[in-house]
Amino acid sequence: MKPTKVLVGLASCGIAAGANKVYEKIEAIKHNEKLTFELTKTGCVGMCYREPLVEVIDDTGSYLYGEIDEQKITEIIEKHIKGKEPVKEYIVKTDLFENPDDSYWKNQVKIALRNCGIINPEDIEEYEQYGGYQAIKKLINQNIQPEQVIQTIIDSGLRGRGGGGFPTGMKWKFAYQSKSEQKYVICNADEGDPGAFMDRSLLEGDPHSVLEGMTIAAYAIGATEGVIYCRAEYPLAIKRLNIAIEQARKKGYLGNNIYGKQGWNFDIYVKEGAGAFVCGEETALMASVEGKRGMPRKRPPFPAVSGLWKKPTNINNVETYANVPYIILNGAESYNKYGTEKSKGTKVFALTGKINRGGLVEVPMGISINDVIFKLGGGIQQNKKFKAVQLGGPSGGCIPDYLSDIPIDYESITSTGAIMGSGGMVVMDETTCMVDIARFFLDFTQKESCGKCTFCRIGTKRLLEILTRICEGEGSEGDIELLESLSQQIKDSSLCGLGQTAPNPVLTTIKYFRHEYEAHIRDKKCPAKSCKKLITYTVIEEKCTGCTVCAKNCPVNAITGERKQIHFIDQNICIKCGVCYTKCKFEAINLS
Amino acid sequence: MRIQRIESKLVEENKNEKIDLSLLDPIIQKYKNKKGSTIPLLQATQQIYGYIPKDAFMYLSKHTGIKTSELFGVATFYAQFRLKPVGKHIVKVCHGTACHVQGANVISESILEALQIKDGETTPDGFYTVESVACLGCCSLAPVIMIDDEVYGKLTGKSAVNIIKEIQLKENN
Repeated sequence: MKPTKVLVGLASCGIAAGANKVYEKIEAIKHNEKLTFELTKTGCVGMCYREPLVEVIDDTGSYLYGEIDEQKITEIIEKHIKGKEPVKEYIVKTDLFENPDDSYWKNQVKIALRNCGIINPEDIEEYEQYGGYQAIKKLINQNIQPEQVIQTIIDSGLRGRGGGGFPTGMKWKFAYQSKSEQKYVICNADEGDPGAFMDRSLLEGDPHSVLEGMTIAAYAIGATEGVIYCRAEYPLAIKRLNIAIEQARKKGYLGNNIYGKQGWNFDIYVKEGAGAFVCGEETALMASVEGKRGMPRKRPPFPAVSGLWKKPTNINNVETYANVPYIILNGAESYNKYGTEKSKGTKVFALTGKINRGGLVEVPMGISINDVIFKLGGGIQQNKKFKAVQLGGPSGGCIPDYLSDIPIDYESITSTGAIMGSGGMVVMDETTCMVDIARFFLDFTQKESCGKCTFCRIGTKRLLEILTRICEGEGSEGDIELLESLSQQIKDSSLCGLGQTAPNPVLTTIKYFRHEYEAHIRDKKCPAKSCKKLITYTVIEEKCTGCTVCAKNCPVNAITGERKQIHFIDQNICIKCGVCYTKCKFEAINLS
Repeated sequence: MRIQRIESKLVEENKNEKIDLSLLDPIIQKYKNKKGSTIPLLQATQQIYGYIPKDAFMYLSKHTGIKTSELFGVATFYAQFRLKPVGKHIVKVCHGTACHVQGANVISESILEALQIKDGETTPDGFYTVESVACLGCCSLAPVIMIDDEVYGKLTGKSAVNIIKEIQLKENN
């Protein structure tokens, strides 16, 4: 009989939801009662909306428990681990019986995330048990040549998962063809898109797969050094990466003469970012690694020819590297059997916003946006109306509900004006104002513009000013046209991807939600009732029962009134957060 | 620059404070003559003092040979580096897309209202510095804030203010 195994999802979001306390509780009970089950930490299980998650695996199968706190875990240990009777009401996933949440998993195909939430990310042995480092060993044992490795990656159809979608194998080929004693591979883990956490989860949940992917890339192009450029906001990812690197060095998988192959030296180190979105751009990233201000430069020369320290360099994103060992081990067909003609394989998305089941999902390319939102994501919170989905973060755009039956592949998404991006998928409902969303993204890009190109530096500022004006009810006729022409100019006159794509959120919202812009400008109204300058909350006197709930919940104490007396909202203090509106049971708050 | 930090009275008072520059010697030893070490050097400096004091730039430059202009250029380019002292605890209010859609503005406004400061400012007692950040990567728990290294999720204006007050109460007792 195998010992019972208990896994606790301890990625950043799990910890934020209280998973550490649950873990400590389990540890304490285990210690106090001298229980023999095996307790391990694991990464992101993906079911973020049910965090904290605890999985119990015993002889009968696997049981995933969701929304666990210290009290519930005590009950689970008592009934399930000691009493062998699973606590059904807390189970969110099991193979043994159906669960309402099963549709969340049904359409997913886990390749990049194959080990996330299953293995202990801080234990190289577990990674190896699940096929880890087998791909690179296969290359060496069977003496597979770099050309063949590159061909396999080309055949798999893998394209850059950071957003650009450039064929990975081709990138490797260019770097391979550049002749140099010294070459570099870089992993871009500067995941700066607000609303995206795929790379963080991957690095926290399965760091070794990224190291193995990078080593394979190094083998293919002939690199001697690897750099993982990780954003400083991800302390746990950095910590786990460093642990993984240390373990790999001890095993002889990194360092000199690795894998017993004489003369093959390759090592990886982590370079912490310092908070600059533009460093996600490859030339800016390399400048930052070199210790300079992270400003992009003109291409060509491309990094494959002259990259880090002017040496040939291959840069891929975290998810791209995580796919590589799987492809090498299982063959190109195992990967390209998924997806569409031009977009192969799977893509990881961070599903967030006004969605019932937010989390980390990996779906085959070609699945429709609707399927992701409604089948996996369980639809919109509080049964509100689905309005749009934002893809690609500040470089992407909003796709409206009526276009959301399009398949997820690079070309289809680009045809809408959005981009695939790195995988942020933020769902918006009828209460989200699209002008405000455009303003939000421009606020972001304007701050993050490095300042090198005039159109990006000043153009985004002007766009933001116009959008802010419209949101405040100060818009005038001609503003929409001005936004459009300025957007085009910024696109045409910027050097790097940041500037070239910065107007996308504006252009797509104008394209699909022009009426919202017009309502703000002409009628001084926000159709989504979201722009603060254009709305007021008042108490409907006939309906107010004086229950004091609104006054108690108001964060700024703008509501006054005695018990059983009509309440009053002081408009000078009100910050228009809408808490009173949502908390009132008697619909006595008017929003106009 | 992303975050505009506004000087509080506390900063004014701190101006005359002497800092111990010899603390920098070990990190200078570690990074000296290593290529591409400007950012780690500054990060380590900030780790020591909580920010990068003016004198530290001079000292680092003198002992590593990196130009002051280069050090300062890098320090002002990246959002992580602070040139002014900050409060004991830093409250980062996430303004990523998911948090924005879920009402991050309300969280910011409620906290700032409760502490009676503006975004980027430090409370007069030097306890809190509040700043808006781009994304903490905990989108499924939106809206979230991070106090030092701890993340708090699924907040409302009221609960965010309560967390802040509780921490202050706990430490003051």
